[in-house]
Amino acid sequence: MTWALDHLGDIVSRAGQHAWLAGLPLVLGLVIAVPLGWLAARQPRLRAVLLTTTGLLYTIPSLALFILLPPLLGTKILDPVNVIVAMTVYTVALLTRTVADGLSSVDPSTRQAAIAMGYGPFARFRAVDLPLAVPVIAAGLRVAAVSNVSIVSVASLIGVSQLGYFLTDGYARTFPTEVWVGIIACLVLALMFDLVIQVASRLLTPWTRAVAA
Amino acid sequence: MIRFEGVTKRYADASGTDEEQGSVAVDDLTLEAPTGKITVLVGPSGCGKTTTLRMVNRMITPTSGTISIDGRDTASLDVAELRRGIGYVIQHAGLFPHRTVLDNVTTVPRLLGTDKKTARTRAMELIERVGLDPAMAKRYPAQLSGGQQQRVGVARALAADPPVMLMDEPFSAVDPVVREQLQNEFLRLQSELGKTILCVTHDIDEAVKLGDQVAVLRVGGVLAQLDSPAKLLADPVDDFVAEFVGRDRGYRALSFAAAPELSLADEPTVRLGAGADEVRAVGTPWVLCVGDAGEPLGWVRAAAVESEVTRTLLHRGGTVASTSGSLRALLDAALSSPSGRGVVADGDGRLVGTIRAAEVIPAIEARRDAAPAEGATAR
Ligand SMILES: Nc1ncnc2c1ncn2[C@@H]1O[C@H](COP(=O)(O)OP(=O)(O)OP(=O)(O)O)[C@@H](O)[C@H]1O
Ligand SMILES: [Mg+2]
Repeated sequence: MTWALDHLGDIVSRAGQHAWLAGLPLVLGLVIAVPLGWLAARQPRLRAVLLTTTGLLYTIPSLALFILLPPLLGTKILDPVNVIVAMTVYTVALLTRTVADGLSSVDPSTRQAAIAMGYGPFARFRAVDLPLAVPVIAAGLRVAAVSNVSIVSVASLIGVSQLGYFLTDGYARTFPTEVWVGIIACLVLALMFDLVIQVASRLLTPWTRAVAA
Repeated sequence: MIRFEGVTKRYADASGTDEEQGSVAVDDLTLEAPTGKITVLVGPSGCGKTTTLRMVNRMITPTSGTISIDGRDTASLDVAELRRGIGYVIQHAGLFPHRTVLDNVTTVPRLLGTDKKTARTRAMELIERVGLDPAMAKRYPAQLSGGQQQRVGVARALAADPPVMLMDEPFSAVDPVVREQLQNEFLRLQSELGKTILCVTHDIDEAVKLGDQVAVLRVGGVLAQLDSPAKLLADPVDDFVAEFVGRDRGYRALSFAAAPELSLADEPTVRLGAGADEVRAVGTPWVLCVGDAGEPLGWVRAAAVESEVTRTLLHRGGTVASTSGSLRALLDAALSSPSGRGVVADGDGRLVGTIRAAEVIPAIEARRDAAPAEGATAR
């Protein structure tokens, strides 16, 4: 406990880094996954290709990705950009399927009505399909957030500063308190992400709380 | 006027991709839906009704043939504009679950660029017009009953005041009582609005009730008969149509025959609270009880009255025909009355007199003699 208090400044600054490394890719990944998911939902053949490819991306070990990316991107090994890009890849891998599923889950009669009323494909996506897919997408985003927070800690192995440092450092020094602090800080961070996503989803979907009178 | 000219739709089979070789859903359909009238497409499941409807607003592209609205080939029009100019009511309403009733109704006007305020004012009018409480405007579809959702669906289709409306089984998802109510309100609305309507149903009774003309399709998408409801009931062209039109068609056809002026018998009446002596003094086994305004309340069996006539003693099985009603209503009133005397009331619901079935039959016979084979289309 005293150790944690003594290192509070360090914990907060690493937590901030960690949030940044896990959070920015969440946003970037969503921005990329939405159009990909849209394509997948529209084209059955594209769907198979896209979902298999993105699914495979998720199976690449994170450490391998952190090490493979610098030569591909022309970045230094310690550059946080590597982590951001890697985490974005994972987010896209998780979210493309969710977005596609969310968009396909829209009731066919609702979709037919939208077409009959003269919505073009893009307008319909924006005004009808996407808003209705928000609950499904938010659920996927929550999984991706937790997964990102945990994968980012691996980046301490290549020396990028974040909460994972406490895990590796505590382990190297056989100092369990520090490991515990790292774990709890990760947990708190994941919970905060979860909370933010849930609140945003609720604000975007007031109709889901309107049940049969 | 919506005009189909030699319209055929083939669907590509699951195996092959060539539409030309596919199975026929609509076969060489030529049909006119006149301006300001309701044309109903009816037929068994899978006979191509929905396909026919959706070819009008190009949700489905015909394999061959042309469809025109007021002389303009729909294929030459901008598809979004075409659709925004056609009201579409879908089965199960198909409302947008994430939008309030009000925002559902304003959809098409907003797409057409009407400003929000104007669109909302008009939407509120329509919401009331289709028989919904204005307080429901703020609700989401999930908070409405099936019948209410269906009304919103109609209001939404009417919002941009399109001259043409397509309706796909608009009243099928609700119970029979609500369905009848919705049908009646719809007919009232149409008598005010005079839209050109193409409506799909698989229920012949609904077709006959709503249609100014009815098109019966058979499986394979072939038009079997296009006629007025009365003609359809009186004179089906073949066994398929006869079978489809169903039983009781002779009786049902009487719905389209306005009741002629018949001499009604004066009926002695009693009021609620009348004593047993007064009831028995009438001298018939069943006595008609009326309310303060002279409206018929029900028949009472004289022998059952112990002290006075109470509401619980009233027999309510009999229907009441209106002087402006049909021969069917008149005959039904007589047949359903426990006394055998059918109750007839005027437009304000006041008792005019009674009539026996035996007196209605000659009117039916007279009508047959007057218009041999041709069904009278008075509605
Ligand atoms: N997209 C499609 N691809 C292939 N075949 C189709 C397609 N849509 C409809 N069909 C076929 O075309 C025929 C007509 O279908 P349609 O939906 O027009 O019938 P319907 O008269 O509306 O039937 P229902 O009363 O059951 O709604 C059916 O045999 C159906 O299986
Ligand atoms: Mg259908």
